[in-house]
Amino acid sequence: MFPIVEAEFLAPDVKRFVIGAPRVAKKRKAGQFVIVRLHAYGERIPLTIADSDPEKGTVTLIVQGIGKTTKLLNMLGAGDVILDLVGPLGKPSDIELYGTVVVIGGGVGAAIAYPTARAMKDAGNHVISIVGARNKELVILEQEIGAISDELLITTDDGSYCRKGFVTDQLKALIESGRQIDFVLAIGPPRMMQAVAETTRPHAIKTVVSLNSVMVDGTGMCGGCRVLTTQGTQFACVDGPEFDAHQVDFELLIQRNRTYLKQESEALQRFLEQPKRDVDLVSESCRLEQEHPEVRCEAYPS
Amino acid sequence: MNANSPKPPLSNKERVKIPRQHMPEQDADRRRRNFEEVNQGLTVLGATTEALRCLQCTTPKCVSGCPVGIKVKDFVALIVAGDYLKAAAKIREDNILPAITGRVCPQETQCEGCCILGNKFEPVGIGYLERFVADYESASGQIGLPENAPSTGKKVAIVGSGPAGLSAAGDLVQKGHQVTVFEALHEIGGVLLYGIPEFRLPKEIVRREVDVMRAMGVDFQTNVVIGKTVTIDELMNEEGYDVVFVATGAGLPKFLAIPGENLNGVYSANEFLTRVNLMRAKDFPEYDEPVYDCRGKDVAVVGGGNTAMDAVRTASRLGAKTSYLIYRRSEAEMPARTEEAKHAKEEGITFLCLTNPVAFLGNKESFLESVRCIKMELGEPDASGRRSPKPVPGSEFELPIQVAIIALGTEANPLVQSTTPDLKTTRKGYIAADPETLKTSKRGVFAGGDIVTGAATVILAMGAGRKAAASIDQYLQSGEWDGAPN
Repeated sequence: MFPIVEAEFLAPDVKRFVIGAPRVAKKRKAGQFVIVRLHAYGERIPLTIADSDPEKGTVTLIVQGIGKTTKLLNMLGAGDVILDLVGPLGKPSDIELYGTVVVIGGGVGAAIAYPTARAMKDAGNHVISIVGARNKELVILEQEIGAISDELLITTDDGSYCRKGFVTDQLKALIESGRQIDFVLAIGPPRMMQAVAETTRPHAIKTVVSLNSVMVDGTGMCGGCRVLTTQGTQFACVDGPEFDAHQVDFELLIQRNRTYLKQESEALQRFLEQPKRDVDLVSESCRLEQEHPEVRCEAYPS
Repeated sequence: MNANSPKPPLSNKERVKIPRQHMPEQDADRRRRNFEEVNQGLTVLGATTEALRCLQCTTPKCVSGCPVGIKVKDFVALIVAGDYLKAAAKIREDNILPAITGRVCPQETQCEGCCILGNKFEPVGIGYLERFVADYESASGQIGLPENAPSTGKKVAIVGSGPAGLSAAGDLVQKGHQVTVFEALHEIGGVLLYGIPEFRLPKEIVRREVDVMRAMGVDFQTNVVIGKTVTIDELMNEEGYDVVFVATGAGLPKFLAIPGENLNGVYSANEFLTRVNLMRAKDFPEYDEPVYDCRGKDVAVVGGGNTAMDAVRTASRLGAKTSYLIYRRSEAEMPARTEEAKHAKEEGITFLCLTNPVAFLGNKESFLESVRCIKMELGEPDASGRRSPKPVPGSEFELPIQVAIIALGTEANPLVQSTTPDLKTTRKGYIAADPETLKTSKRGVFAGGDIVTGAATVILAMGAGRKAAASIDQYLQSGEWDGAPN
């Protein structure tokens, strides 16, 4: 079991968790993810690791409450435990000295982009970060990203904070200003990543996106996360999650992510009407953990 | 018949006259819509009668037909004597998971296939009897656990908790070694949990067997992906393991590489079965993980092996209106167990043999609507000895389906191999291991089961696990590393 050590809201429905997972913390590199299952009746969902502390044995996840599982997770706090957490999965980001790198994070994607932006900075790149959100309230990690970026540009859809517009408007402006851009990383909703890909394609700027397809095991066993690229069918969990944006079939990705729309909304509806059952199931995990230490997952030094 | 009174010995002539006992089954019309076990198990009378059919051969061929060499003759004699617990203990000497193999082994090509009675009559129902004593033992609560040898102080890491890993763990812990089994998923059992459906192998039985092993002292750790969470080198150099046994099983699902394969509603059998079995999507929304709603839908499974049978029978139980099995050869070449094919047919599965999909077609929302197939005919035997199918020109037809499940086998998952640089692999990416010692190219590392042989059966994996355990024990005692592949 995996104890939640810290938890705090960064924005409405966006929560930052520090979770004890020593082995994962030790191995994790920027760009990798974990799969979590909250309780014995829960589903397995992938979440990108935002940060890790190998000394303390913790990983940081930043979670936007969208579906049932993420909304339930966001109801948990320090002292609760997560039943299952496995990782680090997927390939780490390709960190190289490119020159000038633009890192784009849309919504909670900013949290996922942050560790790679930091690694890019550490590798000696000039990092321009573009953080986009629907409104001022939803802008997250402004200070953290600002601290590791040479330039930080913020956009809001409604203009309630900084520049009004989309991240692609900002990116276009950068490109049109004639600045040399050697590499773009874009993480956010699929439509945003697709728009970024189309913005950089005519300029042949190498662009990488992190794909969030539906997964079960996360180790290549089920093939549910398959994405079509110009290289053929790939598995996001083991071949990704990062792919060359100019090679990805985004329409297919978006369609595949809609496979369980009906069940997802049914599950969410039921949960919102009766959240107690699931919250109790999480507490049940805590109790079982104490009563049956022999049936352990990963030992956490207490 | 009173078990305590001496039985008049039957002559062989009398024995062969006893008909083979039928396995009581759940009625096909009822079971095709539920997930309860199909086979209900023999009664005491049925088991005793079946056991009496055994001729107690001087040189029993059934034993050599068993990949783990279960002393069939002896345990069957113990059933006749009415000592079911001793019979179970006798099986456990060679097979740590009798309740499982009694249900899923292809007995017709192994022990029963070698049974001398089968030449003129029907073979002894050895699988039925194995299952009977295992279930009897379990219901009695008196599991005949063999004593563990005194601790050797040696540490063994086993990668994967499927049949190969579990059987190796059972043997090694008995020999006094400290055994830890690492599992990538959140529950122990590997393919026994995520792959084989409830109606063929109730998950409760797997959990029970795992609990027995835990009681024997095996340490299980879930949520650890070897190659990602920890590497083999780290296990050996930092965590102090003397030996690692890699039993990660078959890995990546194969697809057909035809148009439309990424449409919504097209699954690999691995994904479909994992959702339903491990994640319990059949009980959605009580369980969170969804599976495509098969109720009232037309579902086609592509393939002819046991996994294909499991998938198509699962689809039927999820409420499919029509469940098709599409197989490119004829029924005679189907690799599935005879019993599975028989059960599937009884449950109303439509077999479309000598048929091959050429494209999946979807609607504008990318949901599957139909499959285009072509008829096949059999040509000359190929390398596998089976007659190879060839398409019949102009025979294409379209079949409306909303769910397709591809069950064409698997390829090697490279997770362990790619993160263990000095571990040699075969051309197809499986781990190269000596067939007798299961030693790999890396000192202290053994490998067995599907990750060495490619996809096979539960019992073959268990056989590999036992073989590995013996070889590991020998290495731990002698410290000698030879016989590894170059």
